[in-house]
Amino acid sequence: MNSNETGGMLSARLLPVGDTAWTVEFGNVIDPALHARVLGLAEALEQTREDALFSAIVDVVPTFRSLTVHFDPLRCDGQRLGEALLHLAQTSGAKQAVGRQWCLPVCFDDEFAPDLAELAHIKGMTREAVIDRLTAAEFRVYMIGFMPGFPYMGGLPPELQMPRLASPRKAVPERSLAVAGEMCAVYPWESPGGWRLLGRTPVPMFSAADPVPALLASGDRVRWRAIDRGTYLEMEAAAKAGMLDRNSLLVTGEGDRS
Amino acid sequence: MSSVLEVTHPGLGNGIQDAGRFGYRHMGITVSGCLDRILARCANALAGNATDAACIEVRVMGPALRVTQGAVRVAVVGNMAPKVRRADGRQEDAPAWRSLALEPGDVLETGTVRGGVAYIAVSGGFATPVQLGSRSTYQRALIGGIDGRLLAKGDSLPCGVPADPRQGERHATPWCYDESPIRVILGPQQEHFTAEALQEFLNSAYTVTPQMDRMGMRLDGPPLQHVTPEAADIVSDGVTPGVIQVPGNGQPIILLADCQTVGGYPKIATVISADLPRLAQRKPGDALRFRAVDAAEAKAALLELESRWLAWAETIALDAPVDGTDDEAAWAAI
Repeated sequence: MNSNETGGMLSARLLPVGDTAWTVEFGNVIDPALHARVLGLAEALEQTREDALFSAIVDVVPTFRSLTVHFDPLRCDGQRLGEALLHLAQTSGAKQAVGRQWCLPVCFDDEFAPDLAELAHIKGMTREAVIDRLTAAEFRVYMIGFMPGFPYMGGLPPELQMPRLASPRKAVPERSLAVAGEMCAVYPWESPGGWRLLGRTPVPMFSAADPVPALLASGDRVRWRAIDRGTYLEMEAAAKAGMLDRNSLLVTGEGDRS
Repeated sequence: MSSVLEVTHPGLGNGIQDAGRFGYRHMGITVSGCLDRILARCANALAGNATDAACIEVRVMGPALRVTQGAVRVAVVGNMAPKVRRADGRQEDAPAWRSLALEPGDVLETGTVRGGVAYIAVSGGFATPVQLGSRSTYQRALIGGIDGRLLAKGDSLPCGVPADPRQGERHATPWCYDESPIRVILGPQQEHFTAEALQEFLNSAYTVTPQMDRMGMRLDGPPLQHVTPEAADIVSDGVTPGVIQVPGNGQPIILLADCQTVGGYPKIATVISADLPRLAQRKPGDALRFRAVDAAEAKAALLELESRWLAWAETIALDAPVDGTDDEAAWAAI
């Protein structure tokens, strides 16, 4: 059933990252099936945390295609930990359940979407058609990285895919919704960046005061919902006042999904 | 009453750091913490603190700090020659590697670091707010330090309650590092490099360039060739301080404490944890060589560093009290 299954054991590679981390690698491409195995291992690790060997783990970082496990080398035998991780990776399989499902607001006003008109023009589509495609798609959060809270999301429809800007912007406004290749992301802060900006969300991607600072996590699903400028400004003000409830952005019951 | 220090001169690029922020890398939050954890421990030990108390890390020019409340003991370690201006106007040397009691109105002027990284510890540790489990400054996420930033003029730095304030001053011989090659474990992407590149990497001297900050250290030397031009990029995966990534231009970059959590360049090797502190002491223009070791040697090196540190801590000597009454009076105000 699985092409990388060999003799009942699922394939995975163990790579050393110095003497304080192991990367368990499932492949070298961006692929939802590989990512499901990354999350499968992360979940299996979560369930074995009481094991003395695993208690030396200080950070577990899922990426597109691998899981990096950071540990305290003074608190465990790194070699034994690596062997245990590899064994777990070969037996844990893919995570079946989906992560949290979000429906996040985004405003497509010209001021917030400096690259929307050009992308529509190059693709021979209307602005509205681009927005329709974008809001119809479901995105998968592969990993958080590049900067705190920055979500790398896959699932951009092929008809909207374009390379990065030839000349990156010096300052991308915070909370810009951006696309590059098959990826979609939101810049948590103003920063330099070469992705194309198609809108802006009023929802902060990172709140340092929150015990869980990053809004999104690897494995989450995201849909975008178009909002007008008035709603955007209201929500932005609410977020700044600490009055925006993150849970209100989650898709909860099955009934809500229609 | 706890002590408070006021920043009367911010110096350049000085921030609060401790042992680092763990458990948040999956959210893109780097581990931060002291670049040279051994020297930070030395400073804390001389100030009478637990080894992981928060210090000020100094990489260029240190701050000037005035005691505004309560007596406090300070200890500076590193390549610096600080001075103290007493409340009554007297100037004194405040040599590194020795603690010194300061009273309200006294100003510690730390001056420049002559290469490497230095640390300033105070008795009780800097008691700035703990955010996400650490006091370490992480400017990119605006967390730790003082409102997520470096020291600025006028900042008030609260100090914790010292464990044993009535002890005398402490001193020790400076901690020294040898200049032997920096030890690395090859990988995780050594197969992205040609056999010649791996030989070049292990047999050449690389120069530390001025492009060096808490995120990373760019090196200059023989370019390291990837097996194909495409091999210069990977689908981003996890990185950690010590990782040596090599972009398309073939010049290595060693990631340091404030590095990103993931990266898209192949990593030829990773500096072992025992050698990260002495790597942090290298300055622009210094030559670096690398030596590949296996996991067993990395572990032995780490255990040796730890036992060497414990042996150093044993050599900390207490000064004989010169005039006990003065000291008593100063500490009674706490």
